[in-house]
Amino acid sequence: MSRVREGALAVGAPAVVGVAAVVLWQATVTGLGIAAYVVPAPADIATELAANLQVVATAAFGTARNAALGLLVGTVAALVAAGVSAAWRLAADAANPLVTATAVVPIVCLAPVFYTMFGTDAQTARVVVAAIAVFVPVYVNTLRGLRTVAPVHRDLLRAHAATPWQATRHVTLPGALPFFFTGLRVASSLAVISALVAEYFGGPVDGLGKAITSAVASSRYALAWAYVVGAVVTGLVFYAVTTLLERLPDAGGSPSARR
Amino acid sequence: MSAVVATGVGRVFGPAGGAGGTVALSDVDLTVAAGELVSLIGPSGCGKSTLLRLVADLDTPTSGSLTVFGKTPARARADQDYGIAFQQAGLLPWRSVQANVELPLQLHGASRAERAARAAELLALVGLTDFAGHRPDQLSGGMQQRVAIARALARWPRLLLMDEPFGALDEMTRERLQDELLKIRAETGAAVVFVTHSIPEAVYLSDRVVVMTPRPGRVVADLEIALGSPAERAARGIALREDPAFFERVSTVREALHAGEAGLPARDRGAAGAPDRAGR
Repeated sequence: MSRVREGALAVGAPAVVGVAAVVLWQATVTGLGIAAYVVPAPADIATELAANLQVVATAAFGTARNAALGLLVGTVAALVAAGVSAAWRLAADAANPLVTATAVVPIVCLAPVFYTMFGTDAQTARVVVAAIAVFVPVYVNTLRGLRTVAPVHRDLLRAHAATPWQATRHVTLPGALPFFFTGLRVASSLAVISALVAEYFGGPVDGLGKAITSAVASSRYALAWAYVVGAVVTGLVFYAVTTLLERLPDAGGSPSARR
Repeated sequence: MSAVVATGVGRVFGPAGGAGGTVALSDVDLTVAAGELVSLIGPSGCGKSTLLRLVADLDTPTSGSLTVFGKTPARARADQDYGIAFQQAGLLPWRSVQANVELPLQLHGASRAERAARAAELLALVGLTDFAGHRPDQLSGGMQQRVAIARALARWPRLLLMDEPFGALDEMTRERLQDELLKIRAETGAAVVFVTHSIPEAVYLSDRVVVMTPRPGRVVADLEIALGSPAERAARGIALREDPAFFERVSTVREALHAGEAGLPARDRGAAGAPDRAGR
């Protein structure tokens, strides 16, 4: 009974707030007669979205493909690097300044350079930007996970004369999984953001970033916002998929186990 | 052969050589016979856990000599002569109860069928057969500790090392697990070294209670309890806990502890009551 109520509340409360926000937005824009180039009304955005659903979807798919590829490449690279750093302290110390630099520099600022490097007619630059943005959170979190072994587990493995590989396989790796997924969740949003913003700096004419720029340039403000809606949906899909990955029964990372 | 023989064992933390270091353990002599149940009792910092960790080869003495079944502790650890349980159950949260019990067997190459058979046996021993498929976080603290004990017994050790395993449990659960430990001891015949800071617990469980004091950690009394074999004690249960002979032993241990705290070797106490059963 109370569980049902809690569930209804968990879904209902945000839904009510969301609907109220849209209604308030619509009322404000129509009531005050605000011009479309400032903020278009939600109804106009919805109309544009419905009329151009195919185009928005294609643009979203273009951006999503770059983000997904970047997420994959960045995650694999981060896992390998975290493994090396966990096993070999010197590597971690040597890589530390570079990782810190990467963490504080907005990676998209490198996009123009990458377009020159990889060619402005290829998607490569966008994938590389997304991959680098993904690398940092996955690397940092996974490395922390690999280094976090409870003292009681360390004693237990030593008492049972476990080999270093057994200790890694049975305790260190499963223990690091929740940390890895935390990094991956952060990275999934960063991948979409980076791939999209990278489009603002050049490259082929597809993807949401390019579409938003050109819609604004041709004064189609409601359409620009329709693309923004597409971007929001793309980001949500990435976040939802990585969150679901962690819940897979065999992923081993019971979400409640840590943090 | 004795399960544990410590001769003049010391452990100094900090600068090697001892100058300025913290003396955790000083000149400890201790013998635990095969199959004997010995408690180490004393206030925090008396080195009882340190001593246990030295026996387990989780730490190394800075002086003296220590053997486990006549071997070096490192050799005994490699041969898996002992099982160990800590104050924290230390179960792996991503494994089922059964898989946790199987861990030591898995680490030493037992087949899947062997592991499952042994785990079933052990879970029956600690009364958790119905929880084999549960995750540790679905279990109460007392149940987790029973899983940890089953895991410690997985490879038929001749010595069980226990570092305040019931320290975090409520009194009722604690007494129940003490009874279970006595039964397990009666069934397995393993020697037990049990670290605790509870006087009744030490008296109830032990054939012998070794009293330690801090700064530096050392042994001040070694008391025979002589309240019957583990099986007899487990059978008497509450009756034993309310027996005047039990209270008498509790007072003896308490006085030895307080005398030790005051800096007097327990043996020198004149009229302080119950006789010292050290005999060593």
